[in-house]
Amino acid sequence: MAKSNKPIFWGLFAAGGTITAFVTPALVLITLFAAMRFNMDMFTYDSIHAFAAWWLGKLIIFGVILVSLWHAAHRLRVTVHDFGVRADKQVAIVVYSLAGLGTLLTLIFLLRI
Amino acid sequence: MSELQQRQIQLEVLRYNPETDTAPRYQTYSVPCLEEWVVLDALNYIKDHLDPTLSYRWSCHMAVCGSCGMMVNGEPKLACKAFIHEYKEGQIKVEPMANFPIERDLVTSVEDFITKLASVKPYLIPKEDKPVSAGEFKQTPAELKKFKQYTLCINCMLCYAACPQYALVPEFLGPAAISMAHRYNQDSRDGGRDQRQEVIASDEGVWECSFVGACSEVCPKHVDPAGALQQIKVASTIDWYKEHLMPWMKK
Amino acid sequence: MNSKPYVREVSKTTWFLSHPRYKRYMAREVTCIFIFAYTFLLIAALGALANGQEAFDAFVLGLGGPLGVLFNVVVLIATVYHSLSWFVVTPQAMPIQMGEEFVAGHIIVNAHYGAWAVVSLIILFWGM
Repeated sequence: MAKSNKPIFWGLFAAGGTITAFVTPALVLITLFAAMRFNMDMFTYDSIHAFAAWWLGKLIIFGVILVSLWHAAHRLRVTVHDFGVRADKQVAIVVYSLAGLGTLLTLIFLLRI
Repeated sequence: MSELQQRQIQLEVLRYNPETDTAPRYQTYSVPCLEEWVVLDALNYIKDHLDPTLSYRWSCHMAVCGSCGMMVNGEPKLACKAFIHEYKEGQIKVEPMANFPIERDLVTSVEDFITKLASVKPYLIPKEDKPVSAGEFKQTPAELKKFKQYTLCINCMLCYAACPQYALVPEFLGPAAISMAHRYNQDSRDGGRDQRQEVIASDEGVWECSFVGACSEVCPKHVDPAGALQQIKVASTIDWYKEHLMPWMKK
Repeated sequence: MNSKPYVREVSKTTWFLSHPRYKRYMAREVTCIFIFAYTFLLIAALGALANGQEAFDAFVLGLGGPLGVLFNVVVLIATVYHSLSWFVVTPQAMPIQMGEEFVAGHIIVNAHYGAWAVVSLIILFWGM
């Protein structure tokens, strides 16, 4: 029996599961408040731009988005299988491509800020 | 006294006779149960007084031998640990363990599990061979604690009956076999982890697990196989990154 | 000994309806769809940010309205469920042995809840 290559993705899945558990609900609260026009001083261009222009800010944003994407992609692959779709290879290609595309876009956007 | 505590229970038992039946069928027995009885007592009453043809496995009647695993109202249970007084409705459905082929009535065929258990080398593979005259392999209480909980497994297979991934992918090594491998991997006297990883770290090994956690919920001995499997995933992932990203580092 | 053991088929598509614990598991797993979608929303926000103030303000404006609010509320529920279900199993995956004894599971879980609260407050404070 050959050793599996799943650890590559599982490592990102586990890291992402932990990071998203800690930070995502608070992030959603911020965008929810922004959507509700709860406080016009929050989620402003200036404050977010300042953070994203800072090298450590860039690194944090990239890290959080990277692991969130790969966490979700890997769990989605398993979930699709749980719903009875057995084309695991094709599903893996689709979900990991989505995560890869998101990663690439994040990189491009961050470098332009 | 005992008359007062007696309750008539309808036991709905799944029966299957491989010689005559094409599919299993339910048969209901009305059993005068004492409140302190377990489901196994009710089955024994049926066997002794109502229907001697009923087949099921049991031995110790005290949750040690692991023989009497079955589905009680859809839940994987040891029949000797399933107390009648916990079933208020007066009707209990008893079926053979899920996810295993039915041999006859409540008896399932367990070859698959036995083969898988053997494949993970569930025994001590000493780091260093030494003659008996060289003395014992010493172990501190802390070292013992690292694996003690996993030694409590009685191979009852309830975890396999609860595991949906085993149901969906029969090749999956499954909870008890992998957690037994973990028991030896965690043992300070053992040096066999690399050998076990060949089987455990494969796709059909630990990676078929998606941490449903059902195995640990139904385990009658509180072994927590789900925890063992996640710990193995963490360790296997560290192995993988070391091997592929830092090949100069020896494990 | 006997000729034909009987194999009970399990439905590959509806198996999780057979027990509440499987439904809870599937609820936990589908949170990933919302995390996936939300992360792409963040990436879109980042893209708007890279395109300058006007684009970003337009993005925030587009976020408003009932649909944006509804999306965020649904994602909030899903992510909170993800956090709770993730932390509650952490002691199983990452047990901590101190000296001889293992740290009790509920202590590890509560420590995570505490850290979660602190991290959330920092993020909210930064966002306000």
